[in-house]
Amino acid sequence: MNQALSTPAPARLVFMESGVLGALMPMHLHVSATGHIDSVGPTLAKLRPDETLLGRRFLEVFEVKRPLHVLNFADLLEQQRCPVRLRFRHGDRLGLKGLFVPQNTPNVTFPERRGGAHDGQASVKAEPSRKTMAAGLTGALVNLSLGVSVVEAVQRYNLSSADFAPADPTVDMLYLIEAKSIALEESKRLNARLEGARVEAEEQAYSDTLTGLQNRRAMDRTLKYLENAGQPFGLMHLDLDYFKQVNDTYGHGAGDQVLKHVAGVLLDEIRSGDLVARVGGDEFVLIFKGRVSLTVLEGIAWRIIARLEEPIAYGDDTCQISASIGTTLSSFYDNPVADRMLNDADQALYTSKDKGRACHTVFNPKQRGQ
Amino acid sequence: MYGLIHRALQCFAQDTYGEDLWSKVVAEAGLECDAYEAMLTYPDDHLDKVLGALSIQVDKDTAQISEEIGSYLVTHSRMEPVRRLLRFGGTTYEEFVLSLEDLHDRVKLALPDLDLPRLEVDAHSKVSFRVAVNFSRTGFGSVLLGILRAMADDYGALVLLDLGSSFRNDVLTELVTVELFEADFAKGREFGLVSESVTS
Repeated sequence: MNQALSTPAPARLVFMESGVLGALMPMHLHVSATGHIDSVGPTLAKLRPDETLLGRRFLEVFEVKRPLHVLNFADLLEQQRCPVRLRFRHGDRLGLKGLFVPQNTPNVTFPERRGGAHDGQASVKAEPSRKTMAAGLTGALVNLSLGVSVVEAVQRYNLSSADFAPADPTVDMLYLIEAKSIALEESKRLNARLEGARVEAEEQAYSDTLTGLQNRRAMDRTLKYLENAGQPFGLMHLDLDYFKQVNDTYGHGAGDQVLKHVAGVLLDEIRSGDLVARVGGDEFVLIFKGRVSLTVLEGIAWRIIARLEEPIAYGDDTCQISASIGTTLSSFYDNPVADRMLNDADQALYTSKDKGRACHTVFNPKQRGQ
Repeated sequence: MYGLIHRALQCFAQDTYGEDLWSKVVAEAGLECDAYEAMLTYPDDHLDKVLGALSIQVDKDTAQISEEIGSYLVTHSRMEPVRRLLRFGGTTYEEFVLSLEDLHDRVKLALPDLDLPRLEVDAHSKVSFRVAVNFSRTGFGSVLLGILRAMADDYGALVLLDLGSSFRNDVLTELVTVELFEADFAKGREFGLVSESVTS
């Protein structure tokens, strides 16, 4: 019971000096009923190093972006307590946001003082301050923040942590921004290094990642070896026909699936020890090692074309392609050179294309030099 | 542990004693890799191996090297971000020492995987402090000693530091005592709340 009785009622009014207000809210403004700035927080003052804000009209210093349609200070005072967005009208037009709180307590009555001895003194002292306090309770209090402009403002106006109220997490936020950007930078560097390593590994690899076939590097290495060792071999250059249409019509997913299917067909048609390489988007080279007869190679070539012409299912769609092939044999040459043989096979391939695609041409050594 | 620590150790060895010495340390410690990635994790025992190898190579004890590392973290240009993040602790050396209590949690906010010691600061007066190092491994006290010494220069403060240890809750805990003689003994280094690298 006793405790309940002694619980004090919350104070209806709390008075504070402007210095205290400045410490609690270093970015506050007090605006008188006439619209003149009569108190400025120390940090807010730092944002206008060459100007004095005190005594100036609030709307002359700031443009009010929110609430909308504020033409004079009376408009603002009519608002209830409301969030505001402001911008300095002159100089660096920094944006600010905060809370606007109108104050309408024109007749302040002081709580009765008890205790006779000090009575007289108190009333004498209270008389002049009553007026100023009463004036202080009209007008409006605005507490502002830099919002996301804080990074820029801190730098431009050389603010330090002492310029932010200890209860304000801005400094912690700046710490976090900095720590996170360092971590992000480190991660980016790591990613770049890993990407570099991946590219390098890919460059050094001998296989094509999509089809699992050998790649051009592997083909070059094999050809170099065969050329140096003087071993006989057959070389087939294959280029898909109508592949572009598959990509254009059904998309790259379909194209990729077709390429994998082609790889399967080609691997089926070679012997172990032979090599199939994907050397371009839809270009393949087959190397048949040892003494192979032209008849056998021709048989293989036509079989490959026939099998590639079979429709390939892609979801509900069916893709249709074919292939043109050019072939040459090391036995055609007195001194087989891999580069030249590649060129000759390529030439034969283009003869196939000229013949209307979907066919196989064997390079004719008699045409050499033409 | 997070590679940031391993990486800092590596950078310290390279920047202080040179690339050749680092290669010797790598060989001595028997590491498979010769460079650490800050954002990957590595086994904790690497730290002991590297520190041990470094100690043999430069003929200093590990406590001495750890203190050098602490001061390197604050003073070397390559470690400027570390100095900056420490300076966020406060505008004066006193505030900085008191802020060490928040260091663990602050770092956790930015890098949740980085496990740093929990530091407990007892302030006996405005100029006398004792920092207790609570960590799963010992040896960080010497690093902290180096950091506190270098940060005193950074703030321009004159301090006397001492490293000791005592049993706290049956755990041997490293303790660094800080006596602040003069807060404004010399002109400290500049610090702005926003780094140029953030806005550029």
